[in-house]
Amino acid sequence: MRILSLIATRLAKAVVVLLLIVIANFLLIHAAPGDPAAVMAGEAGAADEKFIAQLRERFGLDQPFLVQLWTYVKGVLQLNLGYSYRQQAPVLDLILERLPATLLLTLTAFVISLTLGVVSGVVAAARQGKWTDSLVTSLALLFYATPLYWLALMAVLLFSVQLGWLPGYGYETIGSDATGLAHALDVARHLVLPALTLGLFFTAIYMRMTRASMLEVSGMDFVKTAKAKGLSPGRVQRRHVLRNALLPVVTLAGLQAGQLVGGAVLTETVFAWPGIGRLMFDALAQRDYNLLLGILLISAALVIAFNILTDVIYSIVDPRIGAAP
Amino acid sequence: MSVLAIRDLAIRLPRGADRAYAVDGISFDLAAGEILCVVGESGSGKSMAANAIMGLLPDLVRVERGTATFEGRDLLALPERAKQAIRGDRIAMIFQEPMTALNPLMRIGEQIAEVFEAHGKLSPRERRERAVALAAEVGLPDPAAIVHSYPFQLSGGQRQRAMIAMALALEPSILIADEPTTALDVTTQAQILDLIRNLQHRHGMAVMFITHDFGVVAEIATRVIVMRHGEIVEEGERETVLNAPQHDYTKRLLAAVPSDVVPTAGAVRDTPMLEVQHLRKTYTTGGGLFAKPRVTHAVDDVSFAIAKGEVLGLVGESGSGKSTVGRCLVRLVEPDGGSVTIDGEEITSLDAAGLRRARRRAQMVFQDPYASLNPRTKIARAIAQGPIAAGTPRREAMADARRLLETVGLDASAADRYPHEFSGGQRQRIGIARALAMRPELIIADEAVSALDVSIQAQVLELLRDLKDRFGLSILFITHDLRVAAQLCDRIAVMQKGRLVEIGKVADVFLNPQDDYTKRLLAAVPGATWTGALESA
Amino acid sequence: MSLAADAPRSAARGPVLDFWFRFARNRGALLGLLILLAVIAVAILATVMFPQSPWKMVQRPFLAPFQVEGLPLGTDTLGRDVASGLAHGARVSLIVGLVSTLFSLAIGVPLGAAAGYFGGIVDDALMRFTEFFQTIPPFALAIVLVAIFQPSLTSIVAAIAVVSWPPVARLVRAEVMSLKRREFVEASRLAGLSNAHILVRQILPNAMSPIIVMASLMVATAILLESSLSFLGLGDPNIMSWGYMIGASRTVIRTAWWLSFFPGVAILVTVLALNLIGEGLNDALNPRLARKGR
Repeated sequence: MRILSLIATRLAKAVVVLLLIVIANFLLIHAAPGDPAAVMAGEAGAADEKFIAQLRERFGLDQPFLVQLWTYVKGVLQLNLGYSYRQQAPVLDLILERLPATLLLTLTAFVISLTLGVVSGVVAAARQGKWTDSLVTSLALLFYATPLYWLALMAVLLFSVQLGWLPGYGYETIGSDATGLAHALDVARHLVLPALTLGLFFTAIYMRMTRASMLEVSGMDFVKTAKAKGLSPGRVQRRHVLRNALLPVVTLAGLQAGQLVGGAVLTETVFAWPGIGRLMFDALAQRDYNLLLGILLISAALVIAFNILTDVIYSIVDPRIGAAP
Repeated sequence: MSVLAIRDLAIRLPRGADRAYAVDGISFDLAAGEILCVVGESGSGKSMAANAIMGLLPDLVRVERGTATFEGRDLLALPERAKQAIRGDRIAMIFQEPMTALNPLMRIGEQIAEVFEAHGKLSPRERRERAVALAAEVGLPDPAAIVHSYPFQLSGGQRQRAMIAMALALEPSILIADEPTTALDVTTQAQILDLIRNLQHRHGMAVMFITHDFGVVAEIATRVIVMRHGEIVEEGERETVLNAPQHDYTKRLLAAVPSDVVPTAGAVRDTPMLEVQHLRKTYTTGGGLFAKPRVTHAVDDVSFAIAKGEVLGLVGESGSGKSTVGRCLVRLVEPDGGSVTIDGEEITSLDAAGLRRARRRAQMVFQDPYASLNPRTKIARAIAQGPIAAGTPRREAMADARRLLETVGLDASAADRYPHEFSGGQRQRIGIARALAMRPELIIADEAVSALDVSIQAQVLELLRDLKDRFGLSILFITHDLRVAAQLCDRIAVMQKGRLVEIGKVADVFLNPQDDYTKRLLAAVPGATWTGALESA
Repeated sequence: MSLAADAPRSAARGPVLDFWFRFARNRGALLGLLILLAVIAVAILATVMFPQSPWKMVQRPFLAPFQVEGLPLGTDTLGRDVASGLAHGARVSLIVGLVSTLFSLAIGVPLGAAAGYFGGIVDDALMRFTEFFQTIPPFALAIVLVAIFQPSLTSIVAAIAVVSWPPVARLVRAEVMSLKRREFVEASRLAGLSNAHILVRQILPNAMSPIIVMASLMVATAILLESSLSFLGLGDPNIMSWGYMIGASRTVIRTAWWLSFFPGVAILVTVLALNLIGEGLNDALNPRLARKGR
């Protein structure tokens, strides 16, 4: 009940936020230098006159500003994100087609980074000041400073080009008609490098947070109570310190969702991973603004979904959230 | 018969601490069935000694020498695993802060049952049953249901009861209680002290009870140890230490304890300085799309007056609304209704400029000596900024600040230093000087001595009394401590849950309380039967 | 019982010296400072060391490092000097990092301070606004902004500032909210000081430490963001930058690894240095939070 009402509240908020982003998108098109119709059609004068005239009419670009805004918002409410002239397809179709690949990549990276980050953070905190701690902390510092796309390139160079262990681009082996398990394994092999390189940056973040949080919670009064009961150090750590220390990590994971989705643009570009990040790169190369703005909206929706997910996890872990006062 | 024998215990502090040893070569015995109170001011090393016995010293603090013999073994020399087996089973401990001493994510029952689990006793089912039985024994309401609650759903007193239930679980022969009632309201404190005494009696435990409060000592102790700077200065039976202390330090401590001997009230002048009528403040918290807001009446129709040169004590437990009243008077908190007049001027309807002028006549002295001074502002500047903002020439205001520092008993050279260079008591003096700089006629002192050690407390009270006479100040003295109020005030007002339940001359309120709540409050004061300070000290 | 005494403490050293000693106790922070100074020196001396434009072709393309004397890092796909590109690229990175951080502070600090100090409706409105910005993936927003307003140094700095201020606002708000409840602030209000004076002179100076620490980390993040934008081809077309160098040579990575490798190391080292400095600042400015045992 508590969780349902929480989700309902968050969804209501999400609708408002997405609507605001739609309005912001509209303003961006108008703020861009040049004719909005040309902007929507794609820059560089490649769009033919007829199409631009069509756009003018459809979005009522000769009409007052507010009427134009309403036309645009109404279109989006009817799930019409516009048409990509460059790709000759509706924007929404293009995005939906690519969404599963991005979800697979970001979710895998999310799970990997959270697991690795928490485990290494716990180990580092437990061995505070010892060499294991120094090693883990230094590695985290290093990955935290490494440009995502560069790490991806170096991974391709090493594991794909030099060692030949793993494929360095694409979603599946081209021309392979494997099905079922064989296909899944093929995709999995392609997923390893992108997911790991995307995940390492976030692993570093979660590790640092987990370590700091474990150390902070270790100094709290209730941990002393647990020790005074005669619990073994292992049990004190697992049952009392870890659970409490994970709360801020979950919060952080929610806040980082936006970074994760943004990072996917770079990773997908390097690995030619056919997700919406790669789509964004293509749209960018062709100055396909309509598609760009559509992707911005969908990626914001993705972030909101991640946030609601972490909120739900948080409310399950922490009995205090949303409870009657 | 001694159950625990401490010999020549020395606890080393890390480098950079204010002294080398937290505890320096103390020896004492804890006898079966007694409640041994270890008394001292903050920094005396009393808690460190207790933690050393439990094997729970903070990092970097270590036992340097000494023995603690319990059941034929030296606790301090035992391997960690053996210490762990004794903790919670043979020796149990409860702590000062019930709000933070329980795991916020675990149900109360689980936390009690965990003690059995830690020592591999009973089946899971039996553990749950025992948890309910223990909750009942420590007087938690509706034990069968409350074991399923989380700590945040319990009050402070209930949490401390849950802590005690955990400590009792395995019938330990020693209970160490580290200031277990300090964070509690006085009526709750009385109940917890009662509970500890009863349980001690029923289970025949030895209790080592650490406290800074001689009232608590008078209430509960069999024997007393007085500690100072890591050493034991006096040891003896309760009556001997309280009524015929030998050591100078003990005498001074006891003399500083506010007594029940009510000073004669000054002749009350009739001109009112402050008049408060039907004051109201309501807080609404929570509330949202799916949640009902919660309404708290922090101040509920409160009316009183303070005459020129009078000190009124506003007494109540936490949450009674006494601090909100103080802040409403100067509109640090905006009242929702009612009227406040200072020397005839209505405060509640003033605009920003008028309020600024009016506030000069009413200044506050705050509770926390560490939060009440800006750490980045030099003392002189902190005192002079009010007068400067009000138009006093800078040079003049700074010179006045130096004079005021001397008035409150500090050296004028303090003016050029930063707050962190001063102790809590000194900071409180600076806070008083800052209030005086505005030349106020009314001072609102909000728990102004509550954070101070008892000997410092006495000095600051003395200063306030002196200043009141010298400058003819009216004072609203807000406190939770009835004894302290009695020391300074002409009249006392008692608040409960936002309402003023009783107001009258100190002697009347103390000796002939009318309201039930006032009676309970007075009865709950620890050591109520003990007359307190010695005339001879 | 606390370890600190309730007795006057005397400051033996001045505050500046004291700060330096605490900072210097963190070896990593010292190392970071040295690296950063080196990068700054290279950025300043770039035109002296490599007077020619980094865009100019100096030799035949695809020269490996040390293959030809005077070109220690080789040449790129168009025969441009990689070492010269790195030196000139340091300028862009540092300028973009610094300026965009200043701009996001200029947005975030006032917003956060106002929200925290005034509370109520002001707080609600400003925080909804901030949350709104935090919902949009920052990197995706930066891409769209730079793409729509055309890549230039100005649009890049502006885009980075626009996507980086929300955490600043949240931090400042939290700090101000906790500080404004302190009794010394109430005392200032009673003393008749104006809201502006209290906020600027009493509260913000006490919130400086975490802001400084965050700013040092933001410079690092901004450098990463700039390089990522340039990597995607959204750099200022007139300015040589590290991200551009990697992006331009991405397709030839199999044959000319050094073209991507060295600029990446340059970014890594600079960002690492800034992060190390950030940790040192944190240790020095928030001594209570400093790791125990040191």
